[in-house]
Amino acid sequence: MNIVVCVKQVPDTSDPDTEVHIDGTGRGVDQSKFSFVINDADNYAVEEAILLKEKHGGEVTVVNIGSEAANQVIRMALAKGGDGAIRLDDEKFAGSDPVALARILQAGIKDLSCDIVMTGCLASDDGYGAVGVALASLMGLPHAAYVKTVEVLSDNKLKIGRELEGGLLEMDEIVTPCVLTIQTGGNEPRYASFKGIREASKKEIKVMDLPATGLSEDQVGEAGSVAVMVQYSVPEVGDLAEILEGDPGETAGKLAGILKDKGLV
Amino acid sequence: MHEIFVLAEHRQGELRDVTLEMLTLASQLDSKVTAVLLGSGMDAFASKLASFADRVLVVDDPMFANWNAINAQAALVALINKDKPHMVIVPNTGQGADVLASLALELGASFTSDIIGLALEGDKPVATRAYYGGKINGRIEFKDAELYMVGLREGAIPAAEGSKSGAIEKVDNPVAADATDRKFLDYEQPAIGDVDITQSTLLVSVGRGLREDKNMPMVEELAGLMGADVSGSRAVVDAGWLPADRQVGISGKTVKPKLYLALGISGAFQHVTGMKGADLVVAINKDPDAPIFQYADYGIVDDLLKVVPALIDKLKEMKG
Ligand SMILES: Cc1cc2nc3c(=O)[nH]c(=O)nc-3n(C[C@H](O)[C@H](O)[C@H](O)COP(=O)(O)OP(=O)(O)OC[C@H]3O[C@@H](n4cnc5c(N)ncnc54)[C@H](O)[C@@H]3O)c2cc1C
Ligand SMILES: Nc1ncnc2c1ncn2[C@@H]1O[C@H](COP(=O)(O)O)[C@@H](O)[C@H]1O
Repeated sequence: MNIVVCVKQVPDTSDPDTEVHIDGTGRGVDQSKFSFVINDADNYAVEEAILLKEKHGGEVTVVNIGSEAANQVIRMALAKGGDGAIRLDDEKFAGSDPVALARILQAGIKDLSCDIVMTGCLASDDGYGAVGVALASLMGLPHAAYVKTVEVLSDNKLKIGRELEGGLLEMDEIVTPCVLTIQTGGNEPRYASFKGIREASKKEIKVMDLPATGLSEDQVGEAGSVAVMVQYSVPEVGDLAEILEGDPGETAGKLAGILKDKGLV
Repeated sequence: MHEIFVLAEHRQGELRDVTLEMLTLASQLDSKVTAVLLGSGMDAFASKLASFADRVLVVDDPMFANWNAINAQAALVALINKDKPHMVIVPNTGQGADVLASLALELGASFTSDIIGLALEGDKPVATRAYYGGKINGRIEFKDAELYMVGLREGAIPAAEGSKSGAIEKVDNPVAADATDRKFLDYEQPAIGDVDITQSTLLVSVGRGLREDKNMPMVEELAGLMGADVSGSRAVVDAGWLPADRQVGISGKTVKPKLYLALGISGAFQHVTGMKGADLVVAINKDPDAPIFQYADYGIVDDLLKVVPALIDKLKEMKG
């Protein structure tokens, strides 16, 4: 069972020091204060791919569109059990929407024979939740979105659980090859071992630029996109919370007082 | 006048709220609004939708008794190619997101997903999306196309009262054969736990800002002192710090407590959907820009690992 798993490097928005500020162009954000991590859902996709490989054999290929800085998340996926990696890197890829991203990913993996292509169900930064389904369409493969559980039924059939609103699982059968967009929480992503990290540094990360993908300039970036983000803005917000000021002792005291006045404690 | 198709969403015999939200949005765009209903035994839903649409297009066939992205896409392609609407709105949900991109690509439509606002400028749509967990918005412009498609985020547009009386049009199922590449099997209900947080009066709710599992006892101590139940974000449930039935949000529970105390929760819309009905919301978060403060009545911008122990002390003092 050969598996391709797409991983994106995203700013760590769970870190309170990751500030998001619109840059001077209005179309980008200032990345100078970002610390980067693997996208949450992709972390679960990597784990699911490795679990399937451990059970059923085959190879796991890690695929990323990103600059050299993304090697960090690629190496971590290799250290956990990925066999090889492809990084698609070209200035012309900037500004790609999910369609252009899917086209680039497809070009990157077209020579691999794989049974399952996995993406995350959603990227935490621009959150289209569309790249995986677009990729399936371009590859002419069946797909399922929001997949939380994967079970191999036979050589060419999987039983999957799609997680819907309210936590309801929709169980489906799907034939392989197929594309699955993986939701968080279906497994427990492992930590890479020291041995794994050492071995990962020897594994190949194949880098492909635009000419290597065989795509033309008008198929990627904004030119290859069907919808383009043209201007960021600060959302209008209604009434913000009343912020209680002071050191922890003071703010805790104020809060305890408010809760008492309202009869809540 | 342009026509807008809206893909109605229903599941297990229930019409989902997002359907009326999409129809409300479509009605604001000065267009002919057609609700598209794929399902089996759809008469009641069709009459309900008739008050929100100018036309209800119904494909009533056992093939659509349960969601199947392949069958749905085949039917929608046929219906859209026949009537050639200007725009199609689908829900950005477990169903809609399962079909939006592949449907749009098959039809050659310009599309975007998870929008929170939409307007027509002249003939062309312009959409608003949220980025970076709701910290900033972005304006989306579309490449010229015959057809535009968007996925609307649940809860982004409040549903209006229905004041139309659209015609119900039943059409034959345009899909010849049931999909073989993907088949619906059944549903598995989420597990039920010891505490039903939808009934809780007071909730102390934790997010990834708690950092480590070993900080949970502190939260439990606080909840114990307050007589509150403990709930959490998806991130905390995914990490295994709380069981799944304690998850608040779109893929968890919708709660309506008198007090929702959010500790280290960023306020992603998927979370907020589940708690915005709380009477009083208090958020403790180190990041002054965390979206949760937009939904809170009171906020403390500080390290929860310092504030929570202080709060525990104060409550103990108050109790004497
Ligand atoms: C289809 C789908 C369904 C989903 N359903 C749900 C759902 O039902 N419920 C849900 O919650 N999420 C859901 N999510 C996930 C959601 O998008 C967010 O990823 C999640 O809510 C984030 O959880 P969090 O706020 O705990 O973590 P984060 O977003 O990582 O936020 C952590 C916060 O803690 C703060 N913090 C860090 N350290 C400290 C400290 N020491 N003191 C104080 N504050 C600190 C940070 O500033 C940050 O704001 C869903 C996602 C998808 C794609
Ligand atoms: N730059 C990228 N490199 C590799 N994979 C990506 C990239 N962007 C998006 N993806 C994949 O597509 C998924 C969904 O992204 P999105 O549609 O933007 O929410 C992510 O979880 C990744 O698996």
